[in-house]
Amino acid sequence: MIQETARVKTLVLDVPGWPGHRAGEHVDVRLTAPDGYQAERSYSIASPPEDKRLALTIEQLEDGEVSSYLCGELRAGDVFELRGPIGGYFIWEISEGGPLFLVGGGSGIVPLMAMLRHRAVALRTPKQRRALPARLLYSSREWSEVIYRDELARLSAPDDALQVTHTITRKPPDGWSGFTRRIDRAMIEAVSWPPLQKPHIFICGPTPLVESAANACVELGHDPVLVKTERFGPTGN
Amino acid sequence: MSLISRGFKGRRDASGNKLPPGQYETRDFPVLSAGPTPQTPLSKWDFTLRGADGKSVRWTWDEFQALPRESITTDIHCVTKWSKFGTRWEGVPIDTLLAEAKKRGVTELPYAMAMSDGGYTTNVPVADLAGGKAWIAFIYDGKPLHPEHGGPARLLVPHLYFWKSAKWVRELRLMERDTPGFWEQLGYHIYGDPWREQRYSGDP
Repeated sequence: MIQETARVKTLVLDVPGWPGHRAGEHVDVRLTAPDGYQAERSYSIASPPEDKRLALTIEQLEDGEVSSYLCGELRAGDVFELRGPIGGYFIWEISEGGPLFLVGGGSGIVPLMAMLRHRAVALRTPKQRRALPARLLYSSREWSEVIYRDELARLSAPDDALQVTHTITRKPPDGWSGFTRRIDRAMIEAVSWPPLQKPHIFICGPTPLVESAANACVELGHDPVLVKTERFGPTGN
Repeated sequence: MSLISRGFKGRRDASGNKLPPGQYETRDFPVLSAGPTPQTPLSKWDFTLRGADGKSVRWTWDEFQALPRESITTDIHCVTKWSKFGTRWEGVPIDTLLAEAKKRGVTELPYAMAMSDGGYTTNVPVADLAGGKAWIAFIYDGKPLHPEHGGPARLLVPHLYFWKSAKWVRELRLMERDTPGFWEQLGYHIYGDPWREQRYSGDP
């Protein structure tokens, strides 16, 4: 188990018989109480297809029936039921090419991180990476809530074809010179590739972020077919 | 036989037997779609019921609004596990559209593909659209259906998982054979009955 932020944990799982997955897919988790009561939820896969073990990054929601158990009660060595991979649409493989434009909000980063990890593992040389450049625009409320913050810095430092842009909407750190507002059309225009380059666009986060980012992409001239969305959060608010 | 999760107690909603297996109740109205929300002005909107023989019936927005409508209060169940109880809709029953199509010589067939702005498709047997079980809905909770939730109009087939209730629907195409739509081609169940938990292909 890896504590990513105060409310977010990554579970690293051995899954016997795991058939493999593509970056962007999710799994269904099913918990069963001793009296047979069951609860199921879906979680995005954080690990790239190349990893032997399966990583799920889970945000502990207030009153979250399953996330509270997974982030609070679960111990190393426990077992639970998984089903997957599930998805098939919000997925990206290096064979599909790029450029890649990823837009995430909060825990919506998780499937996008699987894509970035896949790109980093599968493309070994700077030349290969430059042939498939990627940009991430990631919105968090506070600097301390940025999931995978150090890893994102580690991935982008030696890779001039990976650009990571943060916007910190509630409490930016002292001396912060980056974006501090919610993702909007001007920000997308400033960060994304021009529509002529036909980037593959993946947007994942709470519904208002996904709506505004997807609408902005279409208004800026991106082909709606290249804009794939996934909405996060149990309530959609 | 399921694996017991050590230390898991669960919340146990008071919603009891209204919840299909594996679902939980939400009071919000989550939004799920695979791409951007299409924007179709009502002046360009129409609805088509198309037969396999080239015959079809088309309604403009105004013509569609003049059709007799019904009020529906129903529970809805999304394959992503949430269920929402007592949602209130208004719409035109598919029975009305099928009857009009029959009058105009469109041959009846056993399956239909719902086709939406943005390219979304989903397949539903006609038997599940007829008999007061499905509508083209354009009012939600007393107000015009919001584009995020499928406005101006969406298919409403509440006894199946909600991905079958195609947002931004513009056409029902009748088919001789059952053919998978968008999610059905990507591994989701061809029929999608929440009470039998038919989420993915391979489920009973």
